[in-house]
Amino acid sequence: MRVVLPQHLRTLAGVSAEVALEVAAPITIRRVLDALEAQSPVLRGTIRDYGTGQRRAFLRFFACEEDWSHEPLDAELPAAVAEGREPLLIVGAIAGG
Amino acid sequence: MSKARVLVGTKKGAFTLTADGRRKDWKVAGPFFAGWEIYHVKASPVDPNRIYASQSSGWFGQLIQRSDDGGATWAPVGNKFAYDGVPGTHQWYDGTPHPWEFKRVWHLEPSLTDADAVLAGVEDAALFESTDAGATWSELAGLRGHGTGPDWQPGAGGMCLHTIIQDPANPGRLYIAISAAGAFRSDDGGSTWKPINKGLVSNMIPNPTAEVGHCVHHVAIHPSRPDVLFMQKHWDVMRSDDAGDNWREVSGNLPTDFGFVIDVHAHEPETLYVVPIKSDSEHFPLEGKLQVWRSRTGGNEWEPLTRGLPQENCYVNVLRDAMAVDQLDECGVYFGTSGGQVYASADAGDNWAPIVRDLPPVMSVEVQTLA
Repeated sequence: MRVVLPQHLRTLAGVSAEVALEVAAPITIRRVLDALEAQSPVLRGTIRDYGTGQRRAFLRFFACEEDWSHEPLDAELPAAVAEGREPLLIVGAIAGG
Repeated sequence: MSKARVLVGTKKGAFTLTADGRRKDWKVAGPFFAGWEIYHVKASPVDPNRIYASQSSGWFGQLIQRSDDGGATWAPVGNKFAYDGVPGTHQWYDGTPHPWEFKRVWHLEPSLTDADAVLAGVEDAALFESTDAGATWSELAGLRGHGTGPDWQPGAGGMCLHTIIQDPANPGRLYIAISAAGAFRSDDGGSTWKPINKGLVSNMIPNPTAEVGHCVHHVAIHPSRPDVLFMQKHWDVMRSDDAGDNWREVSGNLPTDFGFVIDVHAHEPETLYVVPIKSDSEHFPLEGKLQVWRSRTGGNEWEPLTRGLPQENCYVNVLRDAMAVDQLDECGVYFGTSGGQVYASADAGDNWAPIVRDLPPVMSVEVQTLA
């Protein structure tokens, strides 16, 4: 499957815009993030808060043009994302100075 | 010839500024971690090539970066700051209980004796230590747990532990300061703590002489006399001659005693520097004139230092960690502004010149004196 990271996290992890991951089914946001952090440990704490394990407030998740930010982390992502036809987008809020 | 390396943290990255001992011609490197807030950058006094940086972002949280080659290259180290046990609550701005939540690292204080040991002061206020060069962090929970924690409350910048001082003569003694709780001292290496705020008077809090609740902005010592502390409080410049047990005001003839920074000359323990700021509602110098004020008498008697500093239309601020002194024979003094200037004086403050003028807003300035 494929994940698209915001610019600062690409720089931090030393990866290009899109990251390819092997994730065992069922494909959920939690399992994707677990795999992403295993592949790039520097991302630990940058997408999910260390203390709560929850999505950081200024980040959102999108899949197949749908906002998945408020879905349970253990909900299964669409088949198109699981099969790699569409990426999971991790998007930083357009905010701040 | 010795040289100076200034470590600058800004709202949008870190920079290093390097010059030989004359401190006239500066080489600027950076930005490192471009686009991230760099609250503090500080080097190990044991290994000057080892530098720690606090990198944070409202989007992506906290990272700690470490360089082992004097700032040429960097690598992220541990960024997990977990409070010990159930962290409980402190007071929120409206006085209601609010759970402790980690937000960022304000200050990194490398050990005086061990290049792998470093302390971190964080928001919400707590003290963490690493003994493996930043790979892992654990809380020195006796500070939050000593009893007054539920009464602490945030200042305008957040409830931050922003000052950490190690006593060079007594390895067990540490001082820290928190906005807005006050100053604290440990005599056993950080296991137990006591508030040291007797003599502070803060008229904006319900009990102006309370044990805790004071908005301490910064504390400084001279290494040769570690029992003598100097404090820039929200309002008031203060001095203690007994390791913080008692404080007295030494604002003297300062035109305003509000400010953030305070520092001590490297070779003259009674020579102090502050940057007076108009007020807590107007965070800029009086009358648009940027002035460092120096006391050669340990406070009370102050003189303005203006040569080379803008004396009209200057409305910048100088934040609490944004002043430092070097150890060269003629002491150098440095400070950074919210306007992105870093000013240097190679003659203890008599004359000033900008090293750089157009960095992002400066959050911290430290300096290394290198052989």
